Amino acid sequence: MNGLDELLDYDEVMATHDVVIGLEVHVELDTKSKMWCGCSTDFGAAPNSHTCPVCLGLPGSLPVVNRTAVESAIRIGLSLGCQIAEWCRFARKNYFYPDMTKNYQISQYDEPLCFDGEVVIVVDGQPQVIPIERVHMEEDAGKTSHVGGAGRIQGADYSLLDYNRAGVPLMEIVTKPVLGTGTKAPEVAREYMAFLRELMRALGVSQARMERGNMRCDANVSLMPKGSDELGTRTETKNINSLKSVEAALRYEICRQGAVLKRGGRVVQETRMWHEEGYTTAGRSKETAEDYRYFPEPDLVPVAPSREWVAQLRATLPEPPAERRIRLQAEWGFTDLEMRDVNGNEGAIDLIEQTVSAGAAAASARKWWLTELARRANEAGIGLDEVGISPAQVAALQSLVDDGTLTDNLARQVIDGVLAGEGEPADVVAARGLAVVSDEGALAQAVDAAIAANPAIAQKVRDGKVQAAGALIGAVMKAMKGRADAARVRELVLEKLS
Amino acid sequence: MALTVQDVARLADLARIELSEEELARLAPQLDVILTAVASVADVAGQDVPPTSHPVRLENVYRIDETRPSWPAEAMLAGAPAVEDDHFRVPRILDEEA
Amino acid sequence: MNDTIHATAAELAARIASGAQSAEEITRLHLDRIAAVDEQVNAFLAVDAERALAQARAVDVKRASGAPLAPLAGVPVAVKDLFCYQGLPTTAASRMLESWVPPYNSTVVDRLLASDLVILGKTNLDEFAMGSSTETSAFGPTRNPWDLGRIPGGSGGGSAAALAAFEAPLAIGTDTGGSIRQPASVTGTVGVKPTYGGVSRYGVIAMASSLDQPGPCARTVLDAALLHQVMAGHDPADSTSIAAPVPDVVSAARKADVKGLRIGVVRELGGEGYAPGVEARFAAAVELLASLGAEIVEVSCPHFVHAFAAYYLIMPAEVSSNLARYDGMRYGLRVGDDGLASTEQVMRASRAAGFGDEVKRRIIIGSYALSAGYYDAYYGSAQKVRTLIRTDFEAAFRQCDVLVSPATPTTAFRFGERLTDPLAMYKSDLCTIPANLAGNAAASVPIGLADEDGLPVGLQIMAPVLADDRCYLVGAAVEAGLTEQWGGPLLDRVPALKEKAR
Ligand SMILES: [Mg+2]
Ligand SMILES: [Zn+2]
Repeated sequence: MNGLDELLDYDEVMATHDVVIGLEVHVELDTKSKMWCGCSTDFGAAPNSHTCPVCLGLPGSLPVVNRTAVESAIRIGLSLGCQIAEWCRFARKNYFYPDMTKNYQISQYDEPLCFDGEVVIVVDGQPQVIPIERVHMEEDAGKTSHVGGAGRIQGADYSLLDYNRAGVPLMEIVTKPVLGTGTKAPEVAREYMAFLRELMRALGVSQARMERGNMRCDANVSLMPKGSDELGTRTETKNINSLKSVEAALRYEICRQGAVLKRGGRVVQETRMWHEEGYTTAGRSKETAEDYRYFPEPDLVPVAPSREWVAQLRATLPEPPAERRIRLQAEWGFTDLEMRDVNGNEGAIDLIEQTVSAGAAAASARKWWLTELARRANEAGIGLDEVGISPAQVAALQSLVDDGTLTDNLARQVIDGVLAGEGEPADVVAARGLAVVSDEGALAQAVDAAIAANPAIAQKVRDGKVQAAGALIGAVMKAMKGRADAARVRELVLEKLS
Repeated sequence: MALTVQDVARLADLARIELSEEELARLAPQLDVILTAVASVADVAGQDVPPTSHPVRLENVYRIDETRPSWPAEAMLAGAPAVEDDHFRVPRILDEEA
Repeated sequence: MNDTIHATAAELAARIASGAQSAEEITRLHLDRIAAVDEQVNAFLAVDAERALAQARAVDVKRASGAPLAPLAGVPVAVKDLFCYQGLPTTAASRMLESWVPPYNSTVVDRLLASDLVILGKTNLDEFAMGSSTETSAFGPTRNPWDLGRIPGGSGGGSAAALAAFEAPLAIGTDTGGSIRQPASVTGTVGVKPTYGGVSRYGVIAMASSLDQPGPCARTVLDAALLHQVMAGHDPADSTSIAAPVPDVVSAARKADVKGLRIGVVRELGGEGYAPGVEARFAAAVELLASLGAEIVEVSCPHFVHAFAAYYLIMPAEVSSNLARYDGMRYGLRVGDDGLASTEQVMRASRAAGFGDEVKRRIIIGSYALSAGYYDAYYGSAQKVRTLIRTDFEAAFRQCDVLVSPATPTTAFRFGERLTDPLAMYKSDLCTIPANLAGNAAASVPIGLADEDGLPVGLQIMAPVLADDRCYLVGAAVEAGLTEQWGGPLLDRVPALKEKAR
């Protein structure tokens, strides 16, 4: 059952219906230790090597709250314009699932730490209000892998559990119904996710890498006949793991629901799973709704952040990412188009800013990161910040270009050296002998040799065909192995043949 | 309100306890008696009485965000009913192909 | 050497410290006693002879080297089988954990070991501490040394019986609704439920988290105080642990003076349903306290009558959640994993096979109390009653320094008498439950034998939060006064058990 749903054309749905979306985003915090125990949160360790009696839920074990996780939650809440509860409790959410070691999740229920916020994002130049219902603290579950059945939960013979992720601090950020998205609900959802990702990184609370599951989204969507103010039946789509998928999954659900309504059917309130191939399927249907039997967690005492603490945390908030972008664009003197390239490249803004503060001109910093280094990152399929050269090294490289030691071409070879672990740019220049040859005698010799070797071309130049000089310049550059300033070579050639 | 055999079956299902017909028939009346005996709590306290979830008033108990050595995986897996490749092995999760 | 197994812990510690008797010999004599009588009593689920002897020898070596010894160094102790202790199965008296060996120690066990006590083994209890008779243990009931046909109380019947049978001079228990005090009462021993948060719950298999509290069990009030001092104190691994100094319980037990103390008799804890022998002994104890110079006042705690109902909702609600982890996936019993059954089916089958009836009853009641649509009427209302009970205590403690009542309405009942009538069983805890709901300290000390059946009766002493020392002060005064009247400890009158020839 893949993608067999009847779909209505998106524009047709938009002509007759308004869309209401709601987004529930889970963000894993980047704390050193887990939410309730001292086990490391590091990703990629050997299975079950980051576990202890607490995160395995062994009989008798008890949780103790990670203070930094509470601080991060408050800072996230403040950044989203939320109120911070004066007093709130953790609650147990009871349900059985083998990835949960206690068969309850410690979460928050009717007393979230942060509530009633609002943020404004920009979608295609238009402001869009995203009202925030709550931000609460909870814990992540373990990781399940399935054996048999092609590695999927359906048809698997059995499953294997790794609890390294169990107990990693998780923040749940829930919007109120988002209205007024016009025809752009999927784009709004995507922009909102991008906004949250940028915010988490600016706050330094999460790497927010969707591909690693640091940030995950469940998306609610319902359709409402135009002119009506009664919300339609909503579906909740889970398993959305990239920005692209958020947009695609919402678009799919809108078209699917549109088709159901058009043929006079009723949308079923259900959980649906998103599949990367581009469709959703109905989740496991339970005859009875889950009854989570929430109650206050007796093993943890209430969280009552003092107003002084909240004020201190408010003072640590970074400049909001959107405002920062506007400020930096002005400081750097970039055009809207140039800035769009910067914004479109994950992490570029930080790298450029750091390169500029290491002494490079903004335009040069932008040039290196968005062309040569972006190309290498793309080829390697890694992030710009993972290429292996630091902003300080890029600034040093540019200063070698600025003082004439390197041409851009030579600089690219220097990058090769830096990436190969040969040291700082200056070390690479020295070791590889890459500096521009500024010895006029040697240059003149090379020019003479090129003229002698290409008499016919030399004659053309003498006859006034200046374009023909290019071939001679190329020959000189080749003989010099690129270590010459092409402009100076051109001058010399023309001098000799004038 | 009486607790029926059907109620008990539903609750046992929620609590993941398999109960035979015989057990349901035996436990349901016992549970009903207990529930009847405690149902009076609803009539004791007025609206204005705050609930108490924790007997002793403590607030803001935290630990510093520091890692502590985890247990060796062998120690954590030692009590497991089934293990494979340093993982806890559990039966298939879905009842039938969904 | 009868003299050794009948000695108090304080006396044994003194002998070890002075070199009059080695810790090894004391341990060996207790192990011998266990071997001789425990087939009849069934107080122990596991005896850890080798490690106990090694711990004892280490104390003797320490003493010989002249190093300072902790106050109870070398004294044997029995630990309820609810406390994780590396290397020994910790079963909670359940099939579910029959062969589970914890990879870590509870904080209490760590503290016992750090103070050089010698751990003899693990004692029997009601399954997951749910019961008042030790009859729900999956490994057979413990018998009351006063009458082997009767229950030793519960859930900590094993710890109390081990003391009354002179198998151990000290024991550890947990008290959720009376599981230390009610067994103490029906076995003629001393048991204290410290202030909630006074002793760490870390590593103690949870029954009801907001009610559970570990505490000391002993044959004398001073022994209990010495053990309390070892167990108690702030533990950062338990978020509900109180970061305050441990009340000076040892000094209070030594002081044993109630002159000028205002003692409140709780009007609601007596009358109908209380055995005549219990009421008579209680009245005599109150009279004794008055004669020792205490001022006796009658106080009313009007909401105590609702404590029972509130407790039997809050406790099972927490039980239903705390016991969800026993699902056969990571540890413990797994049943029905035939390669075809699903996780959910295996969980159901494992929990059906691993839990006994009482555990199942409580899980189901608790699931009901928390379920959608019933939460407000049951769990929510019970939490409000809890507030009212705490308010009652606060009002009463403005009028007096401690409160007293019988520890339990009747003396030890016969096996099977209440097993199929859960409500009757639950009523065993009528007097003890309020202190668990409010979190304050409470103790039971022996005050004689009921005329009608010659079985022990206990006095409950309740003190405010973090005033645990007052339980010891009053308990020790009563103990001293009565021992003088009796011409010796009450336990001198426990019938001798037939020792099995070795
Ligand atoms: Mg959640
Ligand atoms: Zn851990």
